[in-house]
Amino acid sequence: MDALVRLDDVRKSFGATRAVDGVCASVPVGRVTGLVGADGAGKTTLLRLMAGLLAPDGGTVSASDALGYMPQRFGLYEDLTVAENLSLYADLRGLAPAEQGDTFARLLSFSGLAGFETRLAGKLSGGMKQKLGLACALVATPRLLLLDEPSVGVDPVSRRELWRMVHELADQGVAVVWSTAYLDEAERCHSVLLLDQGRLIYDGPPKDLTQRMRGRSFAVRGIMDRRVVQAAARRHVGVADALIQGAAVRLVLAEGAAVPAAAELGAPQAVVEPVAPRFEDAFIALLDRHGGPVPALPEIVHHPRPRGGAVVEARDLVRRFGDFTAVDHVGFDVAPGEIFGLLGPNGAGKSTTFRMLCGLMEPSSGVARVAGIDLASAAPEAKQRLGYMSQKFSLYPDLSVRQNLDFFAGVYGLSGARRKAVCGAMLDVFALGPMADTNAGQLPLGFKQRLALAAAILHGPDILFLDEPTSGVDPLVRREFWGHINTLAGDGVAVLVTTHFLDEAEYCDRIGIVYRGRLIAVGSPEEIKASARNPEQPDPTLEDAFIALVEACDREERS
Amino acid sequence: MWGRVWALIVKELLSVWRDKKSRFVLIVPPLIQLAVFSYAATYDVTDVTVALFNQDQGLASRELVARIQGAPTFARLQVVDDEAALAAAIDRRDAMMGLRIPQDFSRRLESGQGATVQVILDGRRSNSAQIAAGYLTTIVISHNAAIAAQASQPVGPTLVTRVWFNPNLESLWVVVPGLVGVLTQVVALVVTGLSVARERELGTFEQLLVTPLRPWEILVGKTAPGMLIGLVEGSIIIAASQIWFHVPLTGSVALLYGALAVFLLCTIGVGLFISALASTQQQAIMGAFFFMVPTMILSGFATPVQNMPDWMQTLTLVNPVRHILVVLWGVFLKDMPAALVWHSVWPMAVLAAVTLTGAAWLFRRRMY
Repeated sequence: MDALVRLDDVRKSFGATRAVDGVCASVPVGRVTGLVGADGAGKTTLLRLMAGLLAPDGGTVSASDALGYMPQRFGLYEDLTVAENLSLYADLRGLAPAEQGDTFARLLSFSGLAGFETRLAGKLSGGMKQKLGLACALVATPRLLLLDEPSVGVDPVSRRELWRMVHELADQGVAVVWSTAYLDEAERCHSVLLLDQGRLIYDGPPKDLTQRMRGRSFAVRGIMDRRVVQAAARRHVGVADALIQGAAVRLVLAEGAAVPAAAELGAPQAVVEPVAPRFEDAFIALLDRHGGPVPALPEIVHHPRPRGGAVVEARDLVRRFGDFTAVDHVGFDVAPGEIFGLLGPNGAGKSTTFRMLCGLMEPSSGVARVAGIDLASAAPEAKQRLGYMSQKFSLYPDLSVRQNLDFFAGVYGLSGARRKAVCGAMLDVFALGPMADTNAGQLPLGFKQRLALAAAILHGPDILFLDEPTSGVDPLVRREFWGHINTLAGDGVAVLVTTHFLDEAEYCDRIGIVYRGRLIAVGSPEEIKASARNPEQPDPTLEDAFIALVEACDREERS
Repeated sequence: MWGRVWALIVKELLSVWRDKKSRFVLIVPPLIQLAVFSYAATYDVTDVTVALFNQDQGLASRELVARIQGAPTFARLQVVDDEAALAAAIDRRDAMMGLRIPQDFSRRLESGQGATVQVILDGRRSNSAQIAAGYLTTIVISHNAAIAAQASQPVGPTLVTRVWFNPNLESLWVVVPGLVGVLTQVVALVVTGLSVARERELGTFEQLLVTPLRPWEILVGKTAPGMLIGLVEGSIIIAASQIWFHVPLTGSVALLYGALAVFLLCTIGVGLFISALASTQQQAIMGAFFFMVPTMILSGFATPVQNMPDWMQTLTLVNPVRHILVVLWGVFLKDMPAALVWHSVWPMAVLAAVTLTGAAWLFRRRMY
């Protein structure tokens, strides 16, 4: 088969870091090749080498000239309209004006942006921006398309659209390279290049790697407390990975280990049954990076909270922007110790609901109460009780890790010895000690996320608001993160989380799906999945269920 | 509560100081501006070249030329032989002024008649040329007096000028105290103007808003660092004025700092106002310049307020820089008493109240 990219023993270092370390691979025509790896594995560097934006230190890179490259932040001009962005890139690519009309019409309908030509790029949702970026990268009809993490911050519906577009392109004979840290996406590729610390550790169809895991993936069903079982499984020697998945806990066994008995997992009545392996199981087993035991959170954070009642209450929340109703009579409760997930496509009103509940926005009508306190009447008292972490990991980049912690401790009214003790404990728990004097802006993404979490919980909040907390971070960091969240939920902390990542939604006790400003479904992941069960889809995934619900809502709207 | 505000102030100072670029912006440009303004932007006229077309060979004309040559202002005499060369020298900017001494100059003087010389000025450099012409007039007057004395003729009344507060008319004495106001304004405006916009860009502003900090606490936390940095900047320039430029500081230092603090409050209010409006740092910088340029021009720093049209003079009353300059010049050069300082401080206090309340109001509205 024709290869559009050939890599032969390619090396690239930045200072002492070997970003790409002796990679040999090729990218065939008419295929979607996944470039998969954890954060900092070398994906972006390899893509930039392929695109000719970086010169290798050693080895050879040969790639087709007819290439389109879409970096993580595609250079869209936010103050230009969709059509103006397209024609700008067409001019830059030297597309003849006579051809532009047809090309634009084709790309607009292909990307589903027809009808949005006059909208400013800055006003598009995350998913639409990515589609426009893709359309701009396609103006010169490339034979090789390099996409750097195109699905970060994109909702499931738009993500599915992007995949459809990319597969269509591959069918037309384009060679596509799609880099991602989301492992469910790896399964959608014809073939994957798996990177770890700059080295290529697997090259081939994703199924082949998954098949190696046959007989090692199990589900523990019929359990009372998922988190107790998960924690017990994590401690078990024979278990390489334990994840909550809806009502069950999914286990990946270490190589050659015996299946643990239900009693060993702290749930004697449970059933341990084999399930089909998936790519993520193989990835985790292949990387197999288990640190020592994680130190416990300090007492100010880790202590039992009173149960009962609701600590987050949304009552008939409405928010209007001019004529547009972004949130339309949304109401739900979150109990202590409950993890509640808010899901929805971009622009559906999910973020607006979230922001009203943590006091970042005033509702047009309705009541938002946190810890029994109305945010409208006594915001500071309520805010003392909540912790907030945003997807941007809002830290002060020029302050050191320690100074960031000190600052947030101070703002939450911790002082003197208490502040010192808490900040010290946070440095230990999140393994930030060695980087205490590094500027937060220079931390790798995974560490930024840890620091952001530490800053959000160091005052011991009873309610935790997480806004797309694992956006862009890899599965290893994500596991560690949810480990801490589960500990807190076990203490009785209520957690409200928004996410685009439907695997993550499985960790929630209950989820609410927001669409067109309304809450169209609330329930446990199992209940949501059950609602989408039909003869065509006997065992729908959460993503299937999500898309079915959204489409049903659209149909209703039309009729 | 003060613990929270304190944490905010410490954070603010740290992030200004630890960021290499913002540290650079606070230190280097003001020092360069201090040097440039102090040495380059002088009102004194020196190094003037005079094109001399002397048609007279008499003693009196030679004496006059010698006097001009001896004056420090006139660095060079360019002797030309005809009218056309004189015009060309001014056209080419070789000379700022031309001097034509007519043929009968000495003869008329000797015979006791009055004589005239013609001075041609380059109107393209109107200010400097007028000042140079003033010097030349002084020379001619003293020349006249000398001739009168020789001829033992009674001399008419003569003008003896004595300049108070700045006897040698040193430009530095005016420029450097002015810079205390102008440069602190730049620094305070940039520090506060950028701070919120920067946090908006980083997303940390939202993180602040979900903490128990109240809006006014955030406001205080943003005001104090600007005040502190502005005062330090002002102190550096005041120190430089004493140690390096030797400008007399005749008045009360306490009054100076009191007035400077009120002035800074005005500026910080404007800075926060801009900050609340701007969503990016770029917008904030544009806003700061939009405010800075007119306040500078209408302040009296470069051109006297008294020379402006009446309506514009009225307009300058809302310009804090105008008021602080009055105080600075007053306290530095003429030991301005507290009562007179107050005369300029209360308008600034009113302005500060207006800008700060405005900023607080806008802050609340633009909070979400």
